[in-house]
Amino acid sequence: MRPQNEPPMARPSKKNRQRTGDAEAARLRRGGAPIVELADVTKVYPGGHLALERVSLAINRGDFAFLVGPTGCGKSTLIKLLIRELDPTEGSVRIAGRDVTALPEKKIPQLRRNIGTVFQDFKLLQNRNVYDNVAYALLVTGAGRAEIRKKVPDILRLVGLSTKLHNYPDQLSGGEQQRVSIARAFVNHPPLLLADEPSGNLDPVTSVGIMQLLYRINRTGTTVLVVTHDREMVDKMRRRVIELYEGRIVRDEIAGGYTEESTTEFGVRMRAEVGVGIEGQTNGHGRDRGGR
Amino acid sequence: MKLWFFTREAFRAMRRNAAPSVAAVVTTAVTVILLGMLFPVLDVADSKSNQVRSELQLRVAVYDDATPSDIQKLRGQLTDLPHVKSVSFLTKTQALNELRGFLKDDTDPIKALNGRNPLPANFVVRPDDAGNLDSIRRAITPAGPNGKPRPISSVISDVFDRQEQRDKIEQVTGALKVILLIITILLVGASLMLIGNTIRLSIFTRRREVEVMRLVGATRWFIRWPFMIEGMIVGFLGGAAAILVLWIGKITIVDPLAGSFGGLLAQQDTMSFPLLVGILFISAITVSALGSGITLRRFLRV
Repeated sequence: MRPQNEPPMARPSKKNRQRTGDAEAARLRRGGAPIVELADVTKVYPGGHLALERVSLAINRGDFAFLVGPTGCGKSTLIKLLIRELDPTEGSVRIAGRDVTALPEKKIPQLRRNIGTVFQDFKLLQNRNVYDNVAYALLVTGAGRAEIRKKVPDILRLVGLSTKLHNYPDQLSGGEQQRVSIARAFVNHPPLLLADEPSGNLDPVTSVGIMQLLYRINRTGTTVLVVTHDREMVDKMRRRVIELYEGRIVRDEIAGGYTEESTTEFGVRMRAEVGVGIEGQTNGHGRDRGGR
Repeated sequence: MKLWFFTREAFRAMRRNAAPSVAAVVTTAVTVILLGMLFPVLDVADSKSNQVRSELQLRVAVYDDATPSDIQKLRGQLTDLPHVKSVSFLTKTQALNELRGFLKDDTDPIKALNGRNPLPANFVVRPDDAGNLDSIRRAITPAGPNGKPRPISSVISDVFDRQEQRDKIEQVTGALKVILLIITILLVGASLMLIGNTIRLSIFTRRREVEVMRLVGATRWFIRWPFMIEGMIVGFLGGAAAILVLWIGKITIVDPLAGSFGGLLAQQDTMSFPLLVGILFISAITVSALGSGITLRRFLRV
């Protein structure tokens, strides 16, 4: 429709202004910087609890990474830093090269629209049905009715819930609710999807289904970071594993060298214990490369 | 404009949280009824007490041998005093007629007094405010060099007012004003807190919903508008119900009584009903909507 030589934003119509989120998403997909970059991040909660201590890590575009560790090791704190629900005490958090901590408060909703987030407790809007829950994520971006009518059924088909459009969350099983939550997180096709213990409340069989879904989303080009303590799942998937222990990274299976402790004694013991191979040598990783 | 969407959201929220919504409507209605009854009462009490106070006056009696020019001069002097609102003159005959009016029975004071009129001609001096009576009195009879009061004119025989009656009226109306003011402040304060609390309760039950909206990237106003509109609807419904009750009360109770208590409930003294209704209605809607918006702030912090 538009002449090829005309820059895309030459005529900032009302609709364009509403949907700057799209431009932002495109920007996030382009560029060379890692999509998630933490540098020397320390988080001390009011009261003195040290949740994260000098954590540095980078996750590249299109990666599928697990963040593991025992309860209270700082996994959820890390996720909250990424969506700017918390500010770090020290260090910088960058999403697609942009310092999130320097973001003015007005821009925070914009950031969150470009990061899909899935929670252990689903966080669905109880007074809306499945369709409206997913549609809400589009409505906040200023999407029109036509776009919603097209995208919502598509995404619900992807997660396998096309028959439950008009059910309310309390009429769904845990696995189904988590699928709605994933659909909502992914309906905007964000470049980054965070899942905070997505299978924490689910039985093993359902968990596998959820992980498969996240893997499929990853294959569309979305970077996926999954927080879990489901060790079995992590072993099966054979992806990058970042392990936190008492607020520090103690294992990073493909990218050693961020901290002294990683991949040394602790990592070796872990590998021995659960039999995880070094990333890059497995078939799984090769397939992932092909997928991108 | 997304007004239509936000309004639909507001109605959806009210439908899904029927109990808190009904509670909010009822609270608003009760509060508005309370205020709707209080305002006219305050208004009447205030205007009545002002009326009583305005009837207070000072009498300046003159000697019987004062010439008309003396009297004319004194009238000028009195009128020029500060805080004097009006000055009128009663001749001896007029003073007697006034007394006849007070007695209101068949005894003719003239007969009782053997055909002599002992009443002096006098000036009626009205102050601009009851509290200034004393200063006017001091101005008419300033202290002379020997310490005794010396009237400003030689024709003045006496200056008097109904001292004890005046003090009592001053006390009662003063206290009444203070009491009414305290009651008003308490009631308005209680109403605001009651409405505020109801709103807070209904929002608190939905704080998780607000949290979720924030997490999927809704802006503050995107979250806030439906709550504000909901507040306006609650204020509208509560205000309308209250005004209906007040109106029924007016035509069944107040209006019939107004006939028998003409003095107390005279039309010109009470606030006009449409004005009262308008004020109540608009404040119900405003308080309710602003209350929702402000309460929400607590849950909107990032």
